[in-house]
Amino acid sequence: MNINMTLIGQTIAFAIFVWFCIKYVWPPISSALHERQKKIADGLDAASRASRDLELAQEQAAQTLRETKEQASQILEQAHKRSSQMVEEAREQARAEGERLVASARAEIEQEINRAKEELRAQVSTLAVTGAERVLEASIDEKAHRKLLDKLAAEL
Amino acid sequence: MAADNEISAIYYIQHHLQNLTFGYHPQNGWSLASTSAEAVEMGFWAIHLDTMGWSIAMGVLFLWLFRKAGKMATTGVPGGLQNGVEMVIEFIENLTRSTFHGKNASIAPLALTLFMWILLMNSLKIIPVDYFPEMFGKLGFEYMKIVPTTDVNATLGMAFGVFLLIVYYSCKVKGVGGFAKELSLTPFNHWSLIPFNLILEVVGLIVKPISLGLRLFGNMFAGEVIFILIALLPFWAIWLLDVPWAIFHILVVTLQAFIFTTLSIVYLSAAHEHH
Repeated sequence: MNINMTLIGQTIAFAIFVWFCIKYVWPPISSALHERQKKIADGLDAASRASRDLELAQEQAAQTLRETKEQASQILEQAHKRSSQMVEEAREQARAEGERLVASARAEIEQEINRAKEELRAQVSTLAVTGAERVLEASIDEKAHRKLLDKLAAEL
Repeated sequence: MAADNEISAIYYIQHHLQNLTFGYHPQNGWSLASTSAEAVEMGFWAIHLDTMGWSIAMGVLFLWLFRKAGKMATTGVPGGLQNGVEMVIEFIENLTRSTFHGKNASIAPLALTLFMWILLMNSLKIIPVDYFPEMFGKLGFEYMKIVPTTDVNATLGMAFGVFLLIVYYSCKVKGVGGFAKELSLTPFNHWSLIPFNLILEVVGLIVKPISLGLRLFGNMFAGEVIFILIALLPFWAIWLLDVPWAIFHILVVTLQAFIFTTLSIVYLSAAHEHH
């Protein structure tokens, strides 16, 4: 184990190797490494951002769907209400129309009856006069009794 | 016979633990040491060709691999090589971020260099101990110790580099005066205790790289010796011990690289801190 110039030679070799490594070996690898690290970090960042966006979009979609469903059910309900209302209205109208028809028919009938009565009344008086004329044969002063008979007819 | 065996075993071990040394020998001049004794006689002005060669080869392999990955680096889906490289870089980056509290962009690449280089040098240990010495023996080289971190020069050399950085950053961040003040006025802030503080702090400072280098060396050297001892067993028994030890060393190799790197970052972090 002799200590000799190898010691100095080794020190010089060491110095040269270290210098070379600092100057030419370390920088390219280290920079590539760090650049890739940054790239990966950016990628991970983007991925997490994208997943957050997706979550947001999903939430929004769900929200829209919910709102739409609500709206649809509202519209449906309104339509139901509206249709029942319409049915109700139609029924009411029909009833009213019917009543009106019945009333007008009744009035017409009443009128008809009255007219018939009037006619009858007029005919009765004539008939009565004719009858009485036949019975009494000229014994009766038509003019004198006419008033009486008209009164009788009015009482009918 | 037994004595012969013993001698050859000792020779085998020593042979495997001897570096290929090139240096100035008092008698032979500039030459490769052909024996351990010659290597010792060369003294300080010698160099371990195998340690230097293999460590530089591993360093270049590391830089080439990572540079290739860096050139192909895309921010898109990474391929196989880039994936592996990025895993290491991320590991080092996290380690630096959790250990280093100052602001210095050079610390992470420094830690990466240390970690990968030491890891690759240590990994040479998994290669069976006889392969390369035999191969280089055929080529005419007497010695070949391929694991640079089993050479105390290599580990101390790297630790010395770290030490220089500690001193450099201490002076840069705190100023030379601030650094001197830290060495002389802590832990006891009184002028009369300056010499005492100085001794304490300087020893503490110097112990850092020495412990760093010796820890790595000790672990790797001990492991290597055990591999060599296992290789001395009869050939049919070697795998029984060699395989578990090698598997265990996958852990040790990584762990020691990690410890060296982490401690270096810790020391440099301390150098950046104001008191």
